[in-house]
Amino acid sequence: MIRLYRTLLHLYPSAFRVEYGNEMCALFTERSGGARGIRRVGMILAALADIVPNALAVHRDMLLDDLRYTARSLRHSRGFAIAAVAVIAIGVGANTAAFSVADFVLFRPLPFPEPNTIVRLCWGPRSGGGWGCQNQLSPANYRDYKTMASSFEVLGAFSGNAVNLVGAGEPRRLTLTAVTAEVLPLLRVPPLMGRVFDTTRTGGASDRQVVLSHGLWQSQFGGDREVLGRSVNLNGAPYEVIGVMPPEFHFPTREVQGWTQLVLREEDYANRGNNYLEAVGRLRSGVSMEQARADLSVVAERLARDYPETNADAGFSFFSLRDSMSPRYRLMLFGLCGATLCILLLTCANLANLLLARAGARERELAVRAALGAGKERLVRQMVTESISLALIGGVAGVAVAAAAVPLLALLVPTTLPVAIQPTLDLRVLAAAAGFATLTGLGFGLVPALRVGGRTGFQALREGARSGGGRKQRLRQVLVTLEVTISVLLLVSSGLLIRAVWRIQSVDPGFVSDGVLTLRTALPRPKYDLTERRLQFYNRVLAEVRSLPGVQSAAYITGLPILMPGRITGIVIPGREVSPTFRNDIVSIRFVTGGYFRTMGIRMVRGRDVSEGDVRGRPPVAVISESFARQFWPGADAIGQTFEARDETRTVVGIVRDVKVRGLERTNEPQLYVPAGQVEDTAFSNDDPRDLVIRYGGATETLVPTVREIVRAADPEQPISDVRTLQDVVAGETATRRAQLRVLGALAAIALLLSGIGVYGLLAYTVAQRSREIGIRLALGGRPAGVARLIVSQGMKIAVIGIVPGIVGAFMVARTMRALLFGIAPADPPTVMVAVGLVLLMTLAGSLLPALRAVRVSPMLALKAD
Amino acid sequence: MKPAASPESADVAELLPLPPATFHILLALAAGDRHGYGIIQDVEARTEGALRLSPGTLYRSIQRLLEQGLIVEPRRPMSRLDDPRRRYYRITPFGTAVARAETRRLAQLVRLARVAGLLAPEPS
Repeated sequence: MIRLYRTLLHLYPSAFRVEYGNEMCALFTERSGGARGIRRVGMILAALADIVPNALAVHRDMLLDDLRYTARSLRHSRGFAIAAVAVIAIGVGANTAAFSVADFVLFRPLPFPEPNTIVRLCWGPRSGGGWGCQNQLSPANYRDYKTMASSFEVLGAFSGNAVNLVGAGEPRRLTLTAVTAEVLPLLRVPPLMGRVFDTTRTGGASDRQVVLSHGLWQSQFGGDREVLGRSVNLNGAPYEVIGVMPPEFHFPTREVQGWTQLVLREEDYANRGNNYLEAVGRLRSGVSMEQARADLSVVAERLARDYPETNADAGFSFFSLRDSMSPRYRLMLFGLCGATLCILLLTCANLANLLLARAGARERELAVRAALGAGKERLVRQMVTESISLALIGGVAGVAVAAAAVPLLALLVPTTLPVAIQPTLDLRVLAAAAGFATLTGLGFGLVPALRVGGRTGFQALREGARSGGGRKQRLRQVLVTLEVTISVLLLVSSGLLIRAVWRIQSVDPGFVSDGVLTLRTALPRPKYDLTERRLQFYNRVLAEVRSLPGVQSAAYITGLPILMPGRITGIVIPGREVSPTFRNDIVSIRFVTGGYFRTMGIRMVRGRDVSEGDVRGRPPVAVISESFARQFWPGADAIGQTFEARDETRTVVGIVRDVKVRGLERTNEPQLYVPAGQVEDTAFSNDDPRDLVIRYGGATETLVPTVREIVRAADPEQPISDVRTLQDVVAGETATRRAQLRVLGALAAIALLLSGIGVYGLLAYTVAQRSREIGIRLALGGRPAGVARLIVSQGMKIAVIGIVPGIVGAFMVARTMRALLFGIAPADPPTVMVAVGLVLLMTLAGSLLPALRAVRVSPMLALKAD
Repeated sequence: MKPAASPESADVAELLPLPPATFHILLALAAGDRHGYGIIQDVEARTEGALRLSPGTLYRSIQRLLEQGLIVEPRRPMSRLDDPRRRYYRITPFGTAVARAETRRLAQLVRLARVAGLLAPEPS
């Protein structure tokens, strides 16, 4: 029975047990002596009831003591406490934020049931290896894939469908998506209210129905539950509201505000070259992506054989809905995560360094306490309390850092994903990062206590200030070297990305972006089916806008460069052999009113602009870009030449400079501009000029309301949307990159600072440790300059050893990120040189103070200290 | 961490009121040095069996009292009556001061209770 009692005593801290255990056992024996049977059980239970609460109380008292002691000792070394907390906060915070965003974008399942079986299908290269939906499918190709591919349980199609909402206050431009009846059901998210499109019914005038997004329902209809069955006017036609989707539902992107039904009729299948559909489907259960891809390849091959004209080198792009983002986004996020991991490593190294330095300083204190009777367990316990307190405070501060950083990082969430905007802090990541920091703290915080415990206190006392010799010092040198390596890595990587952004920003877009305001008035069909009517609208609006004070010129175009990257057409040059694959003669096509080039600052090279006189019935003309002229009439004068586009023969009347239609970072097709007046009545509405560009000299604040008035006067039902300056459009090209750079730059700066602190800490410690030796040197006539050189050269040695692997690592990282570098070499010499220079400068700065301190060592004091 | 606070530096008032078990231990030790079991027996006798300290409570209190400097473990010559396996405790002057202060505090409380009519007047 006494053995059982002894076991119970293990609930106490060992110090207490050692001190009083025997006494308590003796007491217990005396009291329970000779108890038998049921009384024995009673005694045990009573002992249990006595020991458990008392042992807990002893633990609590000890913890409180330790906390008080921790508070006192941290107050005593405030610099250390602040540095340690800041280091942990930065490491934990940056990592939590970065990995939360990365997890949100890359890994978290999409908010649809069984999201992994949702796939997208678009037009692409024959190999089927395209990414994203850069090109769309024609209805005929979509139908063939749908009927011939066996991998899909269901396949549906959708197409962007922006409409004008009229009759509910100010006319509004809505971004809707037209979906076939299969699409919403296959996503398996039930509507919040009402229903979605019926798969059994076919299209017709009676099927003018719309499903609202939660956002649109709230903003336009005030969340009215009676909205179902109500009629709304879209593009001049009445649509019945049949359903509202839940708030977390977004498809295909988070910008989409509602869905109309896409009905494909027999005539839509006639032209296999008319590409405007994207497809989304569910894989049949058990079918893998690879199997489906193989299945699709067979279909693509057959289509290429059957319809060589359109499908000879056409294939598909097939990817899971989860991957609806460009590989560049993915790379950027991986880069970001890598950088924050580096920071975590750096913070842990720094923390270890701080703790080791402190351990050196405390060894004597601990030895004194050990000599006064504090057991090893007691000292270890004290150290653990201190480390965990630091980690906790740092962790809390880290949450604050992360909370502040996530909104900044949210800029990196691609708009092409069907998810909400705001990623939330990920608690798992937070716990992991905090755990990592705590482990580091524990590991290196315990060292001194274990060392003291491991030998006689006497020795430590005798060693005095010169204790904590070689091994630990080497460990600290390795840690600081590692910090330098990481800083170089981060500095070079962010330097390369900065250079890339600079290079992109210095790309000449071909137009002058300052002082141009743009806005969109998309004219609805069938109201504006007639070219004549559209021209009336354009001419009236343009005439009034041009007469405004401060306005230098104004014009309309189908779509602005960068914002509308696509819209291409094939052309045929008379007498020139048509290439078999037809792909070489692709140009970008735009419909413009007169004055477009002047407004955009696109230089007219030769010839004339389109004019108001270029209407139907007059000879069809065109303005082309320089690369167009070079490609099709090399060495000849292009003015006056003819070619065929969209089944009409046009004569070239003007040549302008090229613009970056697809954006600053992409290759661009030659450009063709056709007068807005020379379009068929029945032309595809997507060709309508809709973007108004205004070059002005004054302030936009007054301009926008005035233009709004002018549009309203021309057509009271016509909404205005997408008001922005051309400068914003161009800046948007590098927005994600710049957001990423801000983050990376901040991380690199933190890394530099941390490793500077690391160098400083190491050298300061060295100086303190060797003050006796330094004192002797100085006393024996050593020159102060020599002493200073000793210290600085030690710092420089560490820097150089750290820099070399840093450069190698940066080179390897840069090679994997080549896609982001826009042609900058991974080992770009100026970048590497600047990074190395910064690190050396930082090392120098970090070693100056310790060097000064060394020079000031007083020989007398140093020798007396022991 | 045994000798945490020296008796001189610690303030008597800071330790008041004393937990009942602690007060009883001090009372027992005021009469002379005792070992743990002796304290338990003394308290039990003094309270006529109303308070029986458990070993856990006893030694937790002793640990605190030692830390606070109210009692010490005297190095004393063995007497014939002593049990060599036992550890003895002795009240310090500081401990006596604290016990006195606690007594005064309790007496004051009792006086107040009398004035409030909660107790029969003191026999004079």
